Amino acid sequence: MKRIKISPPLAAVILAVVLFLASGLLPNGFGSNASVAVAQATNILRLSVFLGVIAAGQTLVIISGGEGIDLSVGSIVTLTAILVYTICNGRDEMVLPALGVAVLVGAAIGLLNGVGVTFLKISPLVMTLGMSGVVTGLILVAQHGNVSGAVAPIMTRIIARPLIFNIPGAIIIWIIFGFAMWLLLERTAFGKSLFAIGVNRVTARLSGINVTGMSLATYALGGLLAGLGGFLVVGNTGVVFINIGNPFLFPSIAAVAVGGTLLSGGKGSYWGTMAGALVLTLITSLLTTMQLEDSIRRMVLGGILLVMISIYGRQRGFRQ
Amino acid sequence: MNQLRWSAFTAKRPYLFVLLLLIVTVAVNFVFQPGLFERNTLNSNMRVFLPAILVAAGQAVVVLAGGIDISVGSIVSIVNTILVTQLGTNASPEQTTLWMAIVLGVGMLAGAVNGFFIAYLRLQPIITTYATSFLYAGIALYILPNPGGAIPATLSSFYRDTTPIGLPLAFFVIAVILVGWYVLQQTRYGRYLYAVGGQPEAAYATAVPVSRVLFSTYVISGLMSGLAGIAITLLLSSGNAGNGDALTLTSITAVVVGGTALRGGIGGVAGPIIGAIILGLMKNVISFANVDLWWQTFVNAAIIVLALAAPGVIDLFRRRRL
Repeated sequence: MKRIKISPPLAAVILAVVLFLASGLLPNGFGSNASVAVAQATNILRLSVFLGVIAAGQTLVIISGGEGIDLSVGSIVTLTAILVYTICNGRDEMVLPALGVAVLVGAAIGLLNGVGVTFLKISPLVMTLGMSGVVTGLILVAQHGNVSGAVAPIMTRIIARPLIFNIPGAIIIWIIFGFAMWLLLERTAFGKSLFAIGVNRVTARLSGINVTGMSLATYALGGLLAGLGGFLVVGNTGVVFINIGNPFLFPSIAAVAVGGTLLSGGKGSYWGTMAGALVLTLITSLLTTMQLEDSIRRMVLGGILLVMISIYGRQRGFRQ
Repeated sequence: MNQLRWSAFTAKRPYLFVLLLLIVTVAVNFVFQPGLFERNTLNSNMRVFLPAILVAAGQAVVVLAGGIDISVGSIVSIVNTILVTQLGTNASPEQTTLWMAIVLGVGMLAGAVNGFFIAYLRLQPIITTYATSFLYAGIALYILPNPGGAIPATLSSFYRDTTPIGLPLAFFVIAVILVGWYVLQQTRYGRYLYAVGGQPEAAYATAVPVSRVLFSTYVISGLMSGLAGIAITLLLSSGNAGNGDALTLTSITAVVVGGTALRGGIGGVAGPIIGAIILGLMKNVISFANVDLWWQTFVNAAIIVLALAAPGVIDLFRRRRL
């Protein structure tokens, strides 16, 4: 039996385009108004950036294999968003220090995850889950539920508003970021080693790769990227709240899976994750604009996810 | 030599660590709550822990066979919402029995859907049950959009006050699960479970019906979630589409604390049950120790991480010394 071969990232992009065009036919869709359509498409693309950046760290951790997964990204995003918000406090000159703190704190939490996973042999799922509880607890302790501060005007200008040719800055950042991720995965020794430890840790070690160091670096990088995500998220919303990062947690894993990266590690790409983030954001915002009841919305989202992973998320059968 | 003997000793007894942890937690809890072993306190604690214990036992079976079930919390919520909307305060005993049976069926059906996608369509468990958890949470919210509903008062008092021979009802439920698990382990199916969790390819090659075994674990997990849904409904006497949410993470943590490896093939059901009790006791301790409300989440999470890290730390030092 011949199976039609279509790469998951491409399938995700096609699905996104089809869904978007179909959404134009909705009662409150864009219809035949091209400029409205472009504006809506740009907006959805812009919203995908945040999930896309947060899911980048998730992609690295998942590719590294060994049941790798990072369930602490949601809480890292919340923590770093709050940090950026309080550090900036409306001053443009504090943006760079705030960004620095966000990535460093993210990387530190990621490194702790890595230590737990590599040295203490705690399963990544549980380690990062526990870490997420610890970070959430820290946020509550430090903030007592009220946060004061403000984002710097320059952040809103760069991230949320159109930068050049009416393209929002976030999208431009994402394109550069995506290229950097591609370089990292495909053109560096780090990338090669990452795929190698994802496929088989023993053979990777025997061929001279420092598996422990790679694991630590990957989790640290995952946390760092979540910290960057927190910076971008708060730059977009302009306000923080105590659960700001939570809605990104499971979509970040789903985006990776939808993008064709094997959850067992060793195979995947960031292009796929970008496409996955786009599809998930599109579906979520479509369901919101259709003004369905929350219950129906969840069912539809779950159903669509199931269908998507059924199409190309299948593992090898035992007979092969 | 000494080290070899020690690791052989612990390898044969995966419950050793969790038992140690249980003793420590009980001791600490006893300090803060001296009446811990009085009949009423014991009973009220155990009936609060029971839903988590049931879900953890189901989760353990799934994890043993190498999977994971993130949808358990949503299944509990569905059962909870069905019961409170269908029973109301005036349901007859016949109606009650009927609906209990129906919700157990619903739980198994939800598990079967998970199992179908994972075992037969070969989808990845974590992402599949994540998707179905949305589906099930949506259904629960559809059944009961706003918190409310009720069950006959006799049912709640039955759950609250039943203490055969002076012991909490939950003890008997646990005993039934453990005996059932022991019997299951003696059967061919029990050995298949460990084989599928340990090395699915090798299991397949030696004619183990891998897909059927995988499928069955999710049905079992669904059934246990159904039972947990009944327990939580009797405990709370009301409904909320989010009532089961917290149980998903609790069950996974309980399984790991209980010494059942998430990669599958190692562990059992007794450890996770003890794990669920430990997690419940820890919450008790935190609330009794007058920990500042803002610190509670942090302390709870930090204790869990430390508990999970302890065996690894011991290991690390042992290796250093040699």
